[in-house]
Amino acid sequence: MDTESIHSGYSHHSNRSRGSNKQSERSGRDRHKSHSRDSSSRSDKNVTISTSSAQPPQPDQSSAPTDAQDDNWGETTTAVTGTSDHSLSQEDLAGFGKETEGPVEKLNCVRFLPLVLTLVLGLLVLVTPLAFLVLPQLVWPERLQACGTACEGLFLSLAFKLLILLLAGWALFVRPVRASLPRIAVFRALLGLLTLLLLLSYWLFFGVRILDSQDENYQGIVQFAVSLVDALLFIHYLAVVLLEIRHLQPYFSVCVMRSTDGETRHYNLGQLSIQRAALVILEHYYKDFTVHNPALLTAAKTRAAKHLAGLKVYNVDDAGSDAATAQSRAKIAAAARQRDTSHNELYYEEAEHDRRVRKRRARLVVAVEEAFTHVRRLKEEEKKKPPGDEMDPREAAQAIFPSMARALQKYLRTTRQQHCHSMDSIQAHLAFCITNNMTPKAFLESYLNAGPTLQYGREGWQARQWTLVSEASVTSPLRHGTEFQLKSSDFCLVVTSKSIPHLKLSEEYVHPKSHKFVLQLQSETSV
Amino acid sequence: MSGWVCAAQPSLFMIHKGEGGTQHTVQRIEIHKLQDGDNLILGFSIGGGIDQDSNQNPFSEDKTDKGIYVTRVSKGGPAEVAGLRMGDKIMQVNGWDMTMVTHDQARKKLTKKNEDVVRLLVTRRSLEDVVRQSMMQHPHTN
Repeated sequence: MDTESIHSGYSHHSNRSRGSNKQSERSGRDRHKSHSRDSSSRSDKNVTISTSSAQPPQPDQSSAPTDAQDDNWGETTTAVTGTSDHSLSQEDLAGFGKETEGPVEKLNCVRFLPLVLTLVLGLLVLVTPLAFLVLPQLVWPERLQACGTACEGLFLSLAFKLLILLLAGWALFVRPVRASLPRIAVFRALLGLLTLLLLLSYWLFFGVRILDSQDENYQGIVQFAVSLVDALLFIHYLAVVLLEIRHLQPYFSVCVMRSTDGETRHYNLGQLSIQRAALVILEHYYKDFTVHNPALLTAAKTRAAKHLAGLKVYNVDDAGSDAATAQSRAKIAAAARQRDTSHNELYYEEAEHDRRVRKRRARLVVAVEEAFTHVRRLKEEEKKKPPGDEMDPREAAQAIFPSMARALQKYLRTTRQQHCHSMDSIQAHLAFCITNNMTPKAFLESYLNAGPTLQYGREGWQARQWTLVSEASVTSPLRHGTEFQLKSSDFCLVVTSKSIPHLKLSEEYVHPKSHKFVLQLQSETSV
Repeated sequence: MSGWVCAAQPSLFMIHKGEGGTQHTVQRIEIHKLQDGDNLILGFSIGGGIDQDSNQNPFSEDKTDKGIYVTRVSKGGPAEVAGLRMGDKIMQVNGWDMTMVTHDQARKKLTKKNEDVVRLLVTRRSLEDVVRQSMMQHPHTN
């Protein structure tokens, strides 16, 4: 394979030691305690991709339902309930998850490095103009020329510009970090460098021209400080354009395809580096792609396994070398010639499955509709009278849940979604729907159709650790024909980019009065 | 009364070979107008003309032909008696050319109040031709 660099996604940032190409294969994960940030920054969370379904802890806690006692929600059927020998049990999956956790603690401080640097730079930016103003007053106060209103105007403008700079810097830079990228963010590094350079050169000039010579013209010094703040504001403008605005204009159309089930989406992106494009794509992934359900993929594997399982190869001739390739070729040829009826089986199996799903769905819809008729919102005037049993939404949900639980569970089993929804989540959703006066159809919508990954609030369904696999360097810009992969533990997103062609729009002027028509006649006249 | 157009045609019926092997008979038909109340009627209807849409003409062989065609012949009327048939293309009326006229001009030439007789030069496709064309248009009907 030619120069494929696997950059595992550390949860540390742009390592400022640029140039060093951290190509270690470890996918180290942090156990990061989210600090003052709110926990909405997804990438800060720890990754324990427990691909097994997290156990719904209460097996049968529903309080004394009168019917539907075979509510065995405690059973976790993540294991493939098929006859293939590729089925993994839950213990295997859990063990698999554990072994990829690497050393955890030592990367904790590195991820704060960029934040610290930004703060230091910000502090410098704030302090420098003030220092320029204050130092002459401290060192040689008696020789300074007093300057009147011009200086005061300059002081005012300096103060306001500094305030604006601070607010703008806060708005642009002090934000919860979206993600940890494998390499440094090039634009940010460049901007930091530029700012540092500017400050250094100003300090140099200040030191040589003003401190050493002890210049008496205070107004000149104040103007010097104001010019620094102006330059900093322009650097901030540059930062806004580079970081926020440049990538808004769509330039590439990327096609994202999931490797397991082929679900495809297309997005328009601007000119971005590969890692930033990967970030944007992942943010879209969580809201657009339906949740990855491994239970739906097993049928194809069992079919494929059955194909070649029935053939055995015997080596009749004395060909010792390249036996493996000869064997596999022989197998493929024999399988092709064999008149197998697997397509027949597939057809009937799918027809049967569809029928079963539809039947269960009908039963479910009826059960839910009936259950919803038992609950009624208490009107205002009824609340005043001491009523029999008033319930809050959670209790109401628990009360009507048993009547629909069995139908719902059977339906989820048939469509192999049962590990996506725990009993708690279903009851919570039911309470939510009851509170918001939703219809039974609205309640059922999230179970009948698979939704995007964000819909399922379970931790195990959101992989926070992604690996960017790319042949080109990840800080290089996107180009036409760039391909890269985003690997998660279960599946892989394959991304290809095409540039949007140059569109040529030409104009054709239509005079408003030019719309004239004639009738197509065919008259018949009798003479 | 307008005279005949001098044409060297010995017989009343003449079979012309048209393009593509089709056959046309050219006929001279003389119709005596019938008095019906206030009007003089001929007993047939015409369609076509240079101001009309020739694509919708069911009788023409070539759909760009903007000539005047007989679309209907009333039963027992003077036209039927004289031998005019539906689908005939009228080339001349009393010597006036009918191949490049508008619909209204054609009507006027036929309904001149001071004329009792109209002498038409018409062209008719042979039967086998009509059948062949109708079979080409509807190939699946027997």
